[in-house]
Amino acid sequence: MASTTILRTSFLPKRSEWFAPNSHQSTSHLQPTSVSLTVRAGSYSDELVKTAKSIASPGRGILAMDESNATCGKRLASIGLENTEANRQAYRTLLVSVPSLGQYISGAILFEETLYQSTVDGKKMVDVLKEQNIMPGIKVDKGLVPLAGSNDESWCQGLDGLASRCAAYYQQGARFAKWRTVVSIPNGPSALAVKEAAWGLARYAAISQDNGLVPIVEPEILLDGEHGIERTFEVAQKVWAEVFFYMAENNVMYEGILLKPSMVTPGAECKDKATPEQVAEYTLKLLHRRIPPAVPGIMFLSGGQSEVEATLNLNAMNQGKTPWHVSFSYARALQNTCLKTWGGRPENVKAAQEALLIRAKANSLAQLGKYTGEGESDEAKKGMFVKGYTY
Amino acid sequence: MSAFVGKYADELIKNAKYIAAPGKGILAADESTGTIGKRLASINVENIESNRQALRQLLFTSPNALTYISGVILFEETLYQKTSDGKPFVDLLQENNVIPGIKVDKGTVDIAGTNGETTTQGFDSLGVRCQQYYKAGARFAKWRAVLKIGPTEPSELSIQQNAQGLARYAIICQENGLVPIVEPEILTDGGHDIKKCAAATETVLAAVYKALNDHHVLLEGTLLKPNMVTPGSDGPKVAAEVIAEYTVTALRRTVPPAVPGIVFLSGGQSEEEATLNLNAMNKLEVLKPWSLSFSFGRALQQSTLKTWAGKKENVGKAQEVFLARCTANSEATLGKYTGGSGGGLASESLYVKGYKY
Repeated sequence: MASTTILRTSFLPKRSEWFAPNSHQSTSHLQPTSVSLTVRAGSYSDELVKTAKSIASPGRGILAMDESNATCGKRLASIGLENTEANRQAYRTLLVSVPSLGQYISGAILFEETLYQSTVDGKKMVDVLKEQNIMPGIKVDKGLVPLAGSNDESWCQGLDGLASRCAAYYQQGARFAKWRTVVSIPNGPSALAVKEAAWGLARYAAISQDNGLVPIVEPEILLDGEHGIERTFEVAQKVWAEVFFYMAENNVMYEGILLKPSMVTPGAECKDKATPEQVAEYTLKLLHRRIPPAVPGIMFLSGGQSEVEATLNLNAMNQGKTPWHVSFSYARALQNTCLKTWGGRPENVKAAQEALLIRAKANSLAQLGKYTGEGESDEAKKGMFVKGYTY
Repeated sequence: MSAFVGKYADELIKNAKYIAAPGKGILAADESTGTIGKRLASINVENIESNRQALRQLLFTSPNALTYISGVILFEETLYQKTSDGKPFVDLLQENNVIPGIKVDKGTVDIAGTNGETTTQGFDSLGVRCQQYYKAGARFAKWRAVLKIGPTEPSELSIQQNAQGLARYAIICQENGLVPIVEPEILTDGGHDIKKCAAATETVLAAVYKALNDHHVLLEGTLLKPNMVTPGSDGPKVAAEVIAEYTVTALRRTVPPAVPGIVFLSGGQSEEEATLNLNAMNKLEVLKPWSLSFSFGRALQQSTLKTWAGKKENVGKAQEVFLARCTANSEATLGKYTGGSGGGLASESLYVKGYKY
């Protein structure tokens, strides 16, 4: 059955109705606002639903290319390049200009610098993406910092001035946003850390929607740790229950969000490995127990898995029907081979772009449950887990 | 533990799935002795055990009706009653592939400091009672929480209290082999429009599922019994298609796919209204990962009761009327009801202001 939304946003209560005096009550004193009048997503409702659906289209997923300047520096350093704006521009030009990328990629998450950048040919990055039928997205969080009172855990900053930043990004052409917070299993996680992660995401999601951006909701449960897959499953269920409850309290409209979860896998240092089928089983169970069907798309992060692993796991999850579009939002798992192939040399650009297209196509097939894995290179199979990885 | 997977897990999942099977639904026949007294009084029948037994026997022996029923909710007295031939009702139901269920709550009481909001009683020795009911043949349970819409209702306190109550009841049931039907009923009393009901329903259901998850309830072994999203009893009327759209939207936003089935309560809707609304929901072309069916009390029994009027000679006719309603609702779960069965009685509104169970 086609997963169409039946939401007619015209029948949702408008903000003016929220504060309209109720005929049953006097307005001579302040009445506590009734909990029961929920406003969802304000004036952008229809557009948000449309954007989310477009990103969650069959056979397509997201290219995450929103590495901060510092993180991008690490990538460039790995191929012997200096972390200059020119080099970052050259690399991002390479990525957005991959011919026919829009066949497999529905959205690209950008860092702020890139959103306002032009390619080396002087064309706006967002325009190149739009011509490719790829929605531009923007990272809006301001990174992780230590969470006081926790067990050495982090929380994600970025709510201050978020509304006006989102509005400005919308003006610039962005149509979706991303906010990444993390939860660490070896450190607990503490109830405080989970609550903060969930509440921050909920506040961000509400503010994004209010300003026309589809929020990608990303509570990454870090791979670090020796724990088994059952423990990951337990923590994931707790985290997602909190995330959805706080989003409900913040009146977030689920038809206009996307999720970016981590797959349910054993910890990176766990001696027991899991097959793609096991990862799929646990992850699908998690989704069925926690994700309302109104959410149009679930775009998994790769989090240190190798390019091939990430594709295999995604493929395993798409062997049956699911109520949501189950896809990818990969950074390293899409870019790794491409980056290595480029090596910073102009003469390698074409080959590097082909490498990216190969990965994009593989993941597209995985989204459709049709990936066979033939012809994968060794580079693609290399694990990319970095212990204690900071973004 | 993420979800409670005790010794009954597989059985709970199996039973919940069976009850939620398309083409069937639940007969809510769990009226307490007091409430059934009101029903009997309305047809001038005395509220004595033999009459209560006669009514339930009429329903359970209706030829072919049980084909469309996957479960029957019973009151405690009925769980231990027999037909006039001496066959336990539980056996009769099981022979007809109908799973017996049991009402386990002990009614509502007011929450002090609120404007007439209530919480539900029944926790004392609930585990032990569930075990006894399981021994007697019950395989699912029901607990009704009640909320209302008003200028400041449902209040945060009422939502939290009722959600926690439902979750605690649910896990105790699962520990003892009974599939819990989770019922957060939001009353229709009031002049509010359908949007207000939609907002309240979404808020309440979000809180209910949060509580269920916090209490480690195994969602695959539960059923949800919500109100449909409708205007208030004094609010502006809308078509069945509108009710269907608002209701399914609310459920898509709050109910995880792990829940196998949603079995609506009828509230004060007439028999025909309830069937038409259920039908419209199942016709809606949008993805619904749970089945949408019925758990009707008044909306299945009203005409039957009136037709019987307590007289032996009317039993056959009454059973035909009952079969007609069962068939109609079965068709509605498949989106195939074409309407009009039951005549005038079926269209009678069953709304009672400030209805107390």
